[in-house]
Amino acid sequence: MSTQYLRPSSLRHRETHYCPGCGHGILHRIVSEVIDELDIRRTTAAVAPVGCAVVAYNYWNFDCSEAAHGRALAVATGIKRVSPDLCVFTYQGDGDLASIGLAETVHAANRGERLTCIFVNNACYGMTGGQMAPTSLIGQKTATTPCGRTPDTGEGWPLKISDLLAQLPGVCFVARCALSSPKEIQDTARQIKTAFQHQLDKRGFSLVEVLSPCPTIWQKNPVEAMAWIDTEMKKVFPPGILKTP
Amino acid sequence: MAKIKINTDQCKGCRLCIHFCPVHHLRISEEMNNKGVLYACTDPHTRCIGCGYCYLVCPESCIEVHLLEPSETKKTHT
Amino acid sequence: MSGNEAIGEGAIRADCTLYAGYPITPQNELTAFMARRMKESGRSFLQAESELAAINMVFGAAAAGARAMTSSSSPGISLKQEGISYLAGCELPAVVVNVMRGGPGLGNIASSQADYFQATRGGGHGDYFTPVLAPWSVEEAAQHTMQAFDLADFYRTPVLVLADAIIGQMMEAVELPEASRFSRPLPKKTWALSGAQGRRPNIIKSFFLEEGGLERHNEHLREKWEKLREKEQQSAYYGPETARILLIAYGSQARIAKEAVDLLTKEGMRIGLFRPVSLCPFPDHALKKHAKEKKMVLVVEQSLGQMVEDVRRVIRDTPVLFFGKTGGGIPSSQDIVSHLKKVLEK
Repeated sequence: MSTQYLRPSSLRHRETHYCPGCGHGILHRIVSEVIDELDIRRTTAAVAPVGCAVVAYNYWNFDCSEAAHGRALAVATGIKRVSPDLCVFTYQGDGDLASIGLAETVHAANRGERLTCIFVNNACYGMTGGQMAPTSLIGQKTATTPCGRTPDTGEGWPLKISDLLAQLPGVCFVARCALSSPKEIQDTARQIKTAFQHQLDKRGFSLVEVLSPCPTIWQKNPVEAMAWIDTEMKKVFPPGILKTP
Repeated sequence: MAKIKINTDQCKGCRLCIHFCPVHHLRISEEMNNKGVLYACTDPHTRCIGCGYCYLVCPESCIEVHLLEPSETKKTHT
Repeated sequence: MSGNEAIGEGAIRADCTLYAGYPITPQNELTAFMARRMKESGRSFLQAESELAAINMVFGAAAAGARAMTSSSSPGISLKQEGISYLAGCELPAVVVNVMRGGPGLGNIASSQADYFQATRGGGHGDYFTPVLAPWSVEEAAQHTMQAFDLADFYRTPVLVLADAIIGQMMEAVELPEASRFSRPLPKKTWALSGAQGRRPNIIKSFFLEEGGLERHNEHLREKWEKLREKEQQSAYYGPETARILLIAYGSQARIAKEAVDLLTKEGMRIGLFRPVSLCPFPDHALKKHAKEKKMVLVVEQSLGQMVEDVRRVIRDTPVLFFGKTGGGIPSSQDIVSHLKKVLEK
């Protein structure tokens, strides 16, 4: 036994507003750990999304801006272009990134902006009460797909945005991870660190998709929610590195 | 050997740490914390192996895993 | 140079560091000018994927403490309103240029002044106003742009330069100052995102969920606005102090109205032109002074009548008449003369 596990200094000592078992708390901590490890807390600017993580800046101990729903990567582009020495990342949910902000996402990636995007995929709109997200699974019951998402009735298929983005030449790194076990949480931290490192090395756009539990909307207890990621979400969104330089 | 520190007042009782602890060192409390939830606490009958799983899965970051000084390790063994 | 290019040159001289635009007529010369000049001077030019993205790139640059500008024309400005509301809520300085064209909807690409309400009433959602400057010449288009950056930084607010297609497209010789002539020292941007080095983290936000938080924030915005309203009213007057008839117009329409004043003065009419330069804050004080002892006031606009409502708010004891054309129609100096004569005959 040689490792201690201590709260990272990039995470403020503040209780979160998240539901019990929510993935945001875990992911906020992972991001904070990576920023501590890379020693970039004083040269980082984050862009928070609209959604449950809208007040992520209350928990992080570094500079942060809000953005209108879906516009995080446009805001991040503006910050990075005028302050290229800052490490700039967005933290966005599936609705924010893959629905209302799809144009901003695709074009920031296609311009090869030297940004890192942490994409939280929980297959639903959490904050507004569990509506269908672009990443909702086929058959998944949501507030707006009460009979389960059915492509045949025009509700579409789960949008694999990471796979799409990996095709673009401006994108240098895409990985998909999960928060469903300690081992995978450690792997998520590794991938996020790699993504940040690519930005620091000026390689281009990097994105890490994180399959994250939303026990409240999924109507499962936190342990069952973790299991649902493994048994259902991973079938549609298999973890792995989709693109690397 | 390692020792777990839990900020029990911050714990929301999600029980992920209890589920993932490989040595059943964590259990749910019998009384409520100031939030009114049953919180995670350590079981004195088992020993922490310092794997950090509880820290990793805790959404509130209210668990820390500290290394024990050699003197403390001895005490734990007795 | 053209009005569109002058706006760009003004931005360059005001140390604009990032410009983000999206193609729309009649402001394309401005985007093309910026593409060339920003790159030449090692600054950031972005052709955004949409108006939404452009205004939010400006938001990001402003949040990082840089001077930033976007431009568009009416339909594009409607799209930018979301971002303008966020800029106002987050108290971020930025310059937004609207080279107005006809609306509603896709309208047409002719000159228009139909975005007056949108520009002077906030435009987006929520309780806020943004300062609005309306140039009437190519030279003023550049000067207003430079001034807009100073006002934006001084008050931490987005500022609109409201030009129209005529101002944007017309060519004139201009004489420009090398740098801004703002009379007051500008505050340091200690709030900007620059990395939390030797200070607590800076947070840019317009979200106030806690009890009373938004009320306090909006009251703060109101107090700032009231200071701005008292100090930043700008207007110009053309004609004799003894005028009995007062024409009121802004932007390109004021140029045309000035011709009408000249024509009627030759005919012996005692007539003057009052030109609001800042549309928001509206120049209440100066207008009150100039409206004294007038027989009649005529407001002329390239719209169905928008600024006239502000004029009627200020002038209560003199008849305020309106003459305007819409959808690309432009009241000519002869139109104004005939209209005025017809009214006076009655």
